[in-house]
Amino acid sequence: MNAPCAVVLAAPGTNRDHDVAFALGLAGAEARIVLLAELVAEPTLLQRAQMLVVAGGFSYADALGAGRMWSLALSHGVGDSLTAFVAGGNPVIGICNGFQVLTGTGLLPGALGHNASGHFQCEWVRLEAPASRCVWTRDLAPVECPIAHGEGRYVHADPAALAAAGQVALRYAGHNPNGSVDDIAGVCDPTGVVLGLMPHPENHVLARQHPRHVRGAVGGLGLALFEQGVRYAHER
Amino acid sequence: MTLVAPSFVAVAPGARLTIRTKGPDPRAAGLLADAHALGLSRVTAIDVADVVFFHDALPVEHRTSLEAVLVDPLLQTASWDAPTGGIETELLPGVTDPTAAAVQLAAATVGLPAITVATGKHFSIAGDIEAADHAALARRLLANQVIERWGDAPIDPHFIDADAIADRSVDHVAVRTLDDRELLALSSERGLSLDLAELHAIAAHYRAADREPTDVELETLAQTWSEHCSHKTFRARITTTHGREVTPLLRQLRDSTDTIAAPSVRSAFVGNAGIVSFVPGTTIAVKAETHNHPSAIEPFGGSNTGVGGVIRDVMGTAHHPIAITDILCFGPTDLAPDELPEGVLHPRLIERGVVAGVADYGNKIGLPTVAGAVLYDRGYTANPLVYAGCIGVAREAAELPGPQPGDLVVVMGGRTGRDGLRGATFSSATMDATTGDVAGASVQIGDPIVEKLVIDAMADCLGLYTAVTDCGAGGLSSAVGEMAEGVGADVDVALAPLKYPGLRPWEVWLSEAQERMVFAVPPAQWPHMHAVCARHGVEATALGTFTGDGMLRVRAGDLQVLELDTHFLHDGRPQRSMVAEMPAPPRGAPAPPECADHAATLLALLSHPNIASKERIIRRYDHEILGATLVRPLVGARHDGHADGVVLARPTDLHGMAIGIGVNPWFGLIDAERMAHSVVDEAIRNVVAVGADPSQVALLDNFSWGDPRRHTTLGDLVAAVQGCCDAAEAYAAPFVSGKDSLNNEYLGSDGQRHAVPPTLVITAIAHVPNADATVTPDLKEAGNALVLVGSTAVEFGGSHFGHVHPELRPADWTVPAPDPAAPARYRRLHALIHGGRVRACHDLSEGGLAVALAEMAIAGRLGVAIDTLPHAHLTTALFAESNGRLLCEVAPQHLDEFLTTVGEPAMVLGTVTDDPWMSVPGCTVALDALVAAFTGGSR
Repeated sequence: MNAPCAVVLAAPGTNRDHDVAFALGLAGAEARIVLLAELVAEPTLLQRAQMLVVAGGFSYADALGAGRMWSLALSHGVGDSLTAFVAGGNPVIGICNGFQVLTGTGLLPGALGHNASGHFQCEWVRLEAPASRCVWTRDLAPVECPIAHGEGRYVHADPAALAAAGQVALRYAGHNPNGSVDDIAGVCDPTGVVLGLMPHPENHVLARQHPRHVRGAVGGLGLALFEQGVRYAHER
Repeated sequence: MTLVAPSFVAVAPGARLTIRTKGPDPRAAGLLADAHALGLSRVTAIDVADVVFFHDALPVEHRTSLEAVLVDPLLQTASWDAPTGGIETELLPGVTDPTAAAVQLAAATVGLPAITVATGKHFSIAGDIEAADHAALARRLLANQVIERWGDAPIDPHFIDADAIADRSVDHVAVRTLDDRELLALSSERGLSLDLAELHAIAAHYRAADREPTDVELETLAQTWSEHCSHKTFRARITTTHGREVTPLLRQLRDSTDTIAAPSVRSAFVGNAGIVSFVPGTTIAVKAETHNHPSAIEPFGGSNTGVGGVIRDVMGTAHHPIAITDILCFGPTDLAPDELPEGVLHPRLIERGVVAGVADYGNKIGLPTVAGAVLYDRGYTANPLVYAGCIGVAREAAELPGPQPGDLVVVMGGRTGRDGLRGATFSSATMDATTGDVAGASVQIGDPIVEKLVIDAMADCLGLYTAVTDCGAGGLSSAVGEMAEGVGADVDVALAPLKYPGLRPWEVWLSEAQERMVFAVPPAQWPHMHAVCARHGVEATALGTFTGDGMLRVRAGDLQVLELDTHFLHDGRPQRSMVAEMPAPPRGAPAPPECADHAATLLALLSHPNIASKERIIRRYDHEILGATLVRPLVGARHDGHADGVVLARPTDLHGMAIGIGVNPWFGLIDAERMAHSVVDEAIRNVVAVGADPSQVALLDNFSWGDPRRHTTLGDLVAAVQGCCDAAEAYAAPFVSGKDSLNNEYLGSDGQRHAVPPTLVITAIAHVPNADATVTPDLKEAGNALVLVGSTAVEFGGSHFGHVHPELRPADWTVPAPDPAAPARYRRLHALIHGGRVRACHDLSEGGLAVALAEMAIAGRLGVAIDTLPHAHLTTALFAESNGRLLCEVAPQHLDEFLTTVGEPAMVLGTVTDDPWMSVPGCTVALDALVAAFTGGSR
């Protein structure tokens, strides 16, 4: 089986592109980091890919609000290719800043506001995947992984309708770290191929990365999410 | 040549957009709490909004498309009308403003014509307050006048003048005929921070050259010869008041490294950072710096650029940065407002700004901020200390050859502005009540995204350059000046890309604008390198060439503004002669203290700011990025115990590296030599405790001290260096780099000088042979034995027991002595940890055994039952701070092997239990009470 090709998109200030590329490699994809300017110069790069990752970080230093500038550049630079890629049913994932960007482009519903604490937080969370349309979280066992963000409070006018539509893909279990409405950690688009989430499953792809590994903690690998995405990209 | 304010023009009409968060703004609650802490108790609410000022009155359709870009209707509301009432602030023109840059980029993206923008904030204030309170609030909390201006809303915005014309004239400064008084007056007037011998050397040099120096030359010499850049004290000839000649301090440290002759050392005390190699094929660069003075007057910008600067130090050794460390020293955050010295920011605001500055740079540049410490003492109220460190890795490669004649002088990264002029001389001077007002231009705000792009570009430029260094203190003058040493260079500052026009040649040459690196690039490689930079969106510009004639020449177009022999620039400074009065600390055998209530003492220690949880700060930093942080700063059953050290291992590596910190200024106040030995021991203990090999350790020294021209202050420094060298040799742990920040003093309006406590920070970096065999301090399992290794003595000098019991503190308490058996003990313990025979390990430091036991219990949420104590005297057993001690949790089946291998002195104190109690003879406390004291009740 050929490894699906995953484009990991990076804008100025993206900084978890290498982490997610490593995770995708472990999950069986062939990941390629592409700079936003390169994609704008050659939008056909997307046509050769089967997966797209909008990676985390501080694109444009979060100026004007996290993800705002990147979503603007994406919409104006490669909006048509992106729409075509999604319409083609290819799996897309936006992590942290990537989630903020995808809500900014309108591909995902809602918005991400400042954490209820008012500041950046780095801590581990537990995620559960309710039944949803999302192709990335199908049959996903609970995942444990870190958050690292200051603007991760998910805001949506009608979270009940979103859940009823099968678009709530991930919820914080036990502890909601940032005041997100309805404990929502990740949402998908109406087709289920585009997922956005604030936590970083790419930072828990090896057992030893778990903070309680020395206390015998096992399971909860974020790798499973990428494996599911790769499986979907391969089988569709 | 006077320091001029950035040029700006005030414009009346223009347009402005005020953007408010829907619902409570997350900044509001913090501001209100700060206002109350500053004594402005009648304020009942502060609301904050962001403001974008436009130079031009924009057509309606432009306003509409800008608002669509700038405002997210789900999160924000916005208005084009100016609010009345309240206070507004605006960033001063020329201060780095990424938001303004983003607005301009956004406007261009949606197809609007070029616009001129400034940004600020609007504050609404509620409460029974008068105009005077308004002003106090603005000055002390809402606006930092170093980088912002404020006024009653609506403020009249200022914009950078995009059409300013540079004055390219060059002044010559008469020095040849000045007498001593006039020379000193010149130094003072221009803020040169040069002493008389140095001024004489400069005057003599120009008499021989038969001309006067240009202003640029004088300023360049002052920067290069500053304490900050040339370490006058550490290179000085020192004589004690008893007539003993002391080997120069830097020489002592280098000699000790040479004596140890560790095979891991690749480069020590040369260039920007120390370089070691623990594993064939990989080298590690490590460096720590201070950014104390800037952090005192603009805490966010000071710590922000401190982090950015030390990352560039590592980049300047062609290594790829992988982690950041920070050690912060503040005054008490609950200091009563009326105890605050004049012109000094409240420690609470300094802490808030410094932590935000570290977090902003580290999080945005994408490096984990992993190891550190936070200390509180009244001695840091006017002089907070900010140490930032960076670790980088590279494939082991041939050393860079250095600039070759004909190579291009290339500057890469951020543009040059008036930021941070004269930072090196500023940081070498004493602060006083006016420092914040006059030193504005010495402080900068960083732009971590630009530095991130430079890191990425450099990763693709390996092999394309012959030398690299960072632009730090002194800017291009230091960077090019250092690289040109012995080779010479010819540079045209008119070619440097500028943030805004109007800079004079000396301003370009000396600007400390951030995020710039200087390279020597063979002309054949330049097109390739330029293309790599363009791909990453990084600006790179050739400013001139390395010449080969040993002369440094700086031009602005055709006009030559500097011509200096690089030998004079680097070797012409006369060696300073200094006098040290050596300390005579108590070294006797004092009586142990008698404490009435040991349980209450333990709880007081756990809630002492220096020992209590730092989680509220640590969680502001991303320590997860790169997926390499295996032992995190916070560990345990609920991730809220403090780790001794941290372990980093790249996901693809089996081995890793540990980082540990040692610092104890309270020891230093009593006995600087023993303090130095103790903090080296502590740093090494901390890396051993997490699984590092003590035979593969390298050290950094960072001294923050008072004015060394005071004989006793220098005496303490000499004693501390002696302690460092003795310890390094005892542990065979070489120093590979260091930095000294002297003159950390505040001249109070009372005429008294207030120096910081002698603060030596030791950073240990060590090899972890098996990243899967790390150990953390949290207790793991009931039934395991608790074993103390090391000896306990009546050592309370500088102890935290003394902090919580000042009434029991006699003058003759001794600082813990070196433990000559510690190095061998650590090696034996490491073998046991490496072999998986230790379930938990924690070093004994502030608060002694009782605090260490409590911290292990808290982190593991398990109890302990202790029946044996290591000293017959209860208070000594529980709270003495003797060196060389670690507490280990060992499974019963491994206990005999552990005791046999680790050797004497080792003592089984008791066991781990499921009972939620810390049960110790004379000191039994419920686990809940320990947790509450440690966390301040937040858990």
